[in-house]
Amino acid sequence: MTQSAPKSPIVETSRFPASPLPPRAGAGLKTEHVDAILADEHRIGFLEVHAENYMGDGGPAHRALAAIRREFPLSVHGVGLSIGSESGIDPAHLERLAGVVERYEPAMVSEHLAWSSHDAGYFNDLLPVPYNAQTLDRVVAHISQIQDRLKRPILLENPSTYVGFEQSTMSETDFIRDIARRSGCGLLLDVNNVFVSATNHGWKPIHYLRDFPLELVEEIHLAGHAEDVDDEGDLLLIDAHDRPVADAVWKLFEIVISQAGALPTLIEWDNDVPEWPVLRREALLADAILDRLGPASLLGSRHAAE
Amino acid sequence: MPRSETEIGAGQHDFSAALLNPELPLPQGIVGPHGKNAFKRFAVYRNNVTVSLIDALAGIFPAIQRLVGESFFRDMARLYIAKEPPRSPVIFEYGGGFAAFLERFEPLARYPYLPDVARLERAWLDAFHAADADPLHPGSLGAIPPEHLAGTTFIAHPAARIVKSGFAAVSIFSASREDRTLEGIRPGDPEDGLITRPLDAVEIRRLPAGAADFFTALIAGASLGEAAGETVARHPGFDLPSAISAMLEAGVFSGCSFGAANSEETA
Repeated sequence: MTQSAPKSPIVETSRFPASPLPPRAGAGLKTEHVDAILADEHRIGFLEVHAENYMGDGGPAHRALAAIRREFPLSVHGVGLSIGSESGIDPAHLERLAGVVERYEPAMVSEHLAWSSHDAGYFNDLLPVPYNAQTLDRVVAHISQIQDRLKRPILLENPSTYVGFEQSTMSETDFIRDIARRSGCGLLLDVNNVFVSATNHGWKPIHYLRDFPLELVEEIHLAGHAEDVDDEGDLLLIDAHDRPVADAVWKLFEIVISQAGALPTLIEWDNDVPEWPVLRREALLADAILDRLGPASLLGSRHAAE
Repeated sequence: MPRSETEIGAGQHDFSAALLNPELPLPQGIVGPHGKNAFKRFAVYRNNVTVSLIDALAGIFPAIQRLVGESFFRDMARLYIAKEPPRSPVIFEYGGGFAAFLERFEPLARYPYLPDVARLERAWLDAFHAADADPLHPGSLGAIPPEHLAGTTFIAHPAARIVKSGFAAVSIFSASREDRTLEGIRPGDPEDGLITRPLDAVEIRRLPAGAADFFTALIAGASLGEAAGETVARHPGFDLPSAISAMLEAGVFSGCSFGAANSEETA
């Protein structure tokens, strides 16, 4: 077991101010919100972008993000590295991600426990992996490769899944804990994904949270989900990111914060994107919970003490 | 139960094949919890992949979608995705083969201008994401000694794109993107399009006869004199001065150099 996570770079001759993610609510950045965010009297805690949207060389998208980055802490969230891929990490794509990270010096870089690329092409979706020793070795090797290239630790996000694998031999929480222990990565806990996967697989979300290594969590994601039915007509939840956060997910979030303390918490809304004030309202709901439950938490307000 | 590495290796191959082809059975080992079936569960992934890529194409080719109608576009995009899934996670680069696909798409044979409209849309997005550079300052040509003008060569602006068309592709593109009807447009009139990004916004222009050849020659590195000579030979009515002012106004170039001194003038 190694715990030799690379340290965050010291930024002195930087284009941007060094701004860590505060233990407050942030929002997923949408191009159409940039002007409203910059003009808003309420200063959102941080913004997060999908790395792949900024892998072009230049143009208006980069100008907008640079304006945001000058005023707000930024998190870069990759969706295309395909960390669970059997065909390895695409070195060209890792270079593109490194380019975005060097360009914007984000406070945080995160990716998913999933795969999305194969010889057949890129699927533009986060596909599941079986939880067993072979996948564990592969994912740990890939995360180490990424962290070596970026010269910083990344956060790994727990997935929303719809199917299971006969090949799985470990629970998701044990699998994720082992990845973090062996690779030195931190964790991004998507509370909506916990609720979606727990419903879809018949787990109790509260048991998942009990088993999850909360002490390694450095960021939270919250989002809305859609409802469908499975082959037997039972409820099947879809990680849709197209509506407000569900009440049950807010309750789980309260439990996480009362145990782990206040953490940077992102509201994700990627489809049927509303006007900025709707997203801001979700962020304010998260801020209220962070303020109310963070200080009295079991693990204490770790980030405020740093 | 753990399987061997080779069996695991077959996992994502089979998973991928079943994602793209709904006729195939579920990949081996894919299950629902507690002995439940997984067909509809797996269909969530099939649907996510297809719908997200159709949405991506609709975002890249909005003029085509408006011209053929949303429902036709989505059915057609589904076929294109199965034939040519993206090779890279950088989705804004997807659809390079869409114009060629439209050319061979039998149900659209009556609308032969659509492929060139798609080429303009793809070029528009390339220009949007191209590297930043200041366009050549309009006064910079005036600073070149007249005897060196003919030997002057240019550096293409990273966003500059030219799409030649035997159809009224530029007018149709603009009408569709601006939500106007095609009334008054004669689809058979040839139009060459110039796409640039002189400031923050992407711009599209219809080029006068010969200008596309002239700019293409300059972009390829020909000198002003060579490019003008070649163009006039092919297009006797070519209006050189207005082409030069159009290229400066549109920002086709980011720099130029002349003579043995090779001194470079950028904006």
